[in-house]
Amino acid sequence: MTGVISYLVFFLILALILSIAVLGLNLQWGFTGLFNAGVAGFIAVGAYVMAILTGPARDAVFGGFGLPFAVGLIGAMVAAGFAALLVGLVTLRLKGEYLAVATFGIAVTIQLVCLNWEYVTGGTLGLISIPNPARALADGPLAQNTLYLLIVVLVGSLAFWCFERIVQSPWGRMLKAIREDEEAAASLGKNPTRIRLESFVIGCMAMGLSGALYVGFIGYVSPSDFLPIVTFQIWTMLIVGGSANNRGAVLGAIIVWAVWTTSGFVISKLVPTEIQAQGGAMQAILIGLILVLMLLGRPRGLIGERISVSRHARF
Amino acid sequence: MAKHAVMANKESQPVLRLSGVSKSFGGFTAVDNVSFDLPNGAIGGLIGPNGAGKTTLFNTLAGMIEADSGQVVLGETPIHDLPPHQIFTAGLARTFQIPRPFQEMTVLENVMTVPASQAGEQFWNNILRPRKVAREEQANREQALSIIDFCDLTRVRGDAAASLSGGQLKLLELARVLMADPKVILLDEPAAGINPSLMVTLVDKIVELNKRGYTFLIIEHNMEVVMSICDPIMVMAQGKLIYRGDAEGARRDPAVLDAYLGDLP
Repeated sequence: MTGVISYLVFFLILALILSIAVLGLNLQWGFTGLFNAGVAGFIAVGAYVMAILTGPARDAVFGGFGLPFAVGLIGAMVAAGFAALLVGLVTLRLKGEYLAVATFGIAVTIQLVCLNWEYVTGGTLGLISIPNPARALADGPLAQNTLYLLIVVLVGSLAFWCFERIVQSPWGRMLKAIREDEEAAASLGKNPTRIRLESFVIGCMAMGLSGALYVGFIGYVSPSDFLPIVTFQIWTMLIVGGSANNRGAVLGAIIVWAVWTTSGFVISKLVPTEIQAQGGAMQAILIGLILVLMLLGRPRGLIGERISVSRHARF
Repeated sequence: MAKHAVMANKESQPVLRLSGVSKSFGGFTAVDNVSFDLPNGAIGGLIGPNGAGKTTLFNTLAGMIEADSGQVVLGETPIHDLPPHQIFTAGLARTFQIPRPFQEMTVLENVMTVPASQAGEQFWNNILRPRKVAREEQANREQALSIIDFCDLTRVRGDAAASLSGGQLKLLELARVLMADPKVILLDEPAAGINPSLMVTLVDKIVELNKRGYTFLIIEHNMEVVMSICDPIMVMAQGKLIYRGDAEGARRDPAVLDAYLGDLP
């Protein structure tokens, strides 16, 4: 029983951490129509900045400032937002699949920089011994994880609330107007460049926050955590849950993460040992299959978009 | 709904002045050195055979296409160098020949999106100053609902724009631009593709709005509409402005007759 609860807590921590990144992507894709295919890159920026800011000092590696957890979270968001601003200024003239290709390339570049810039990122070894604030405050793994879950729920709820506030507003209306018809929005006085950039930066800040919470939980960061499969997972979560619906984003994160972890478990139990090495590929295929089936059968996701977004424009 | 106070002595002042506006695509001159004034409070009609350059001229005025040369002055403000969103906030609004609503938004939200500089358009105000945003939104909503009512869209105000009929979309286009209380409204073929009774309604609305002080410039192929409500009438052919004057004169002008009748076999 304790085992089940422990696992459930562990599962929820990761699912909710991922859901924050999904919220960020939802702002970009769901509401604004920005095809960000570089989610993993911005999560990585947040994760490494968290590790550098809060981790212990170490030889021959930059950082290890030992700053408080909360400072790390804020720093990670700021850094991811700044990275997004730079990327955004360069790429926001690109639309649709062009933006997707550009952001995908940027994410791969970020991952390769993490892999090779040893002085800052620790190279292939990554950065270890990142303090988890729950460790200092509770005894035993279950209590510690439960406490961390509380932190994640708290931060996640705050993020969710902020996203709901800014989306159900005149600002959110502008995002949707840009998504629906950018030229028409411009002809009605809206500045598409500014709106796209704001949406992109805020969405990426959520991804950075997600990366930081992840590192704070597992205690280390390594470049292999930010392969393109992560972007793929986040996208599937959004499509399954329902694009342009924040509740859908969270629901999708929980469901898809459940499928992912369950499939990993099932594969490890049922698949013959000779082909266990291909387990990861099988999981990726499964996620791809879910994505395709969802797009074919229920393209609006489990909870689709609400037609009226802003809270003062309802009937 | 907001109204312009039209001063009697200002009525003949031009509100929109074009001088030497030209636009070429490769070797093809779509708009060729077009100059005219539109008096404040007028309903100007822009007519001409297909391919005369009317819509290109509209796109140039609205900033969606950059002119090769020429000046456009709205009131006292030169607008030919501004991007589309700034031209709109300066007071020149346009509708599209084929309506371009925000499909997955309600009629009310389509209209409420329009007003410029809403406090809630700064995302942080929605978190830090929700009361101010709520107050503005309430006023915005009331104004939007009264414009929606004026445009006979009350029945569908909560529906997605995607579900509207062609005629309703034309009215929605009008409703959106009215929301900004513009100095000049460019209507691109408002009567095209709608049924005759709605056309009468639409013409009535334009005349009514004009009485309230709105200035219009209308591209229209329906000569009955143009001849009955438009003055002055500008005629374009092959990119050039070949006539500017009243309806009577247009009917008798040899160049105009040639431009239209010359097309016939």
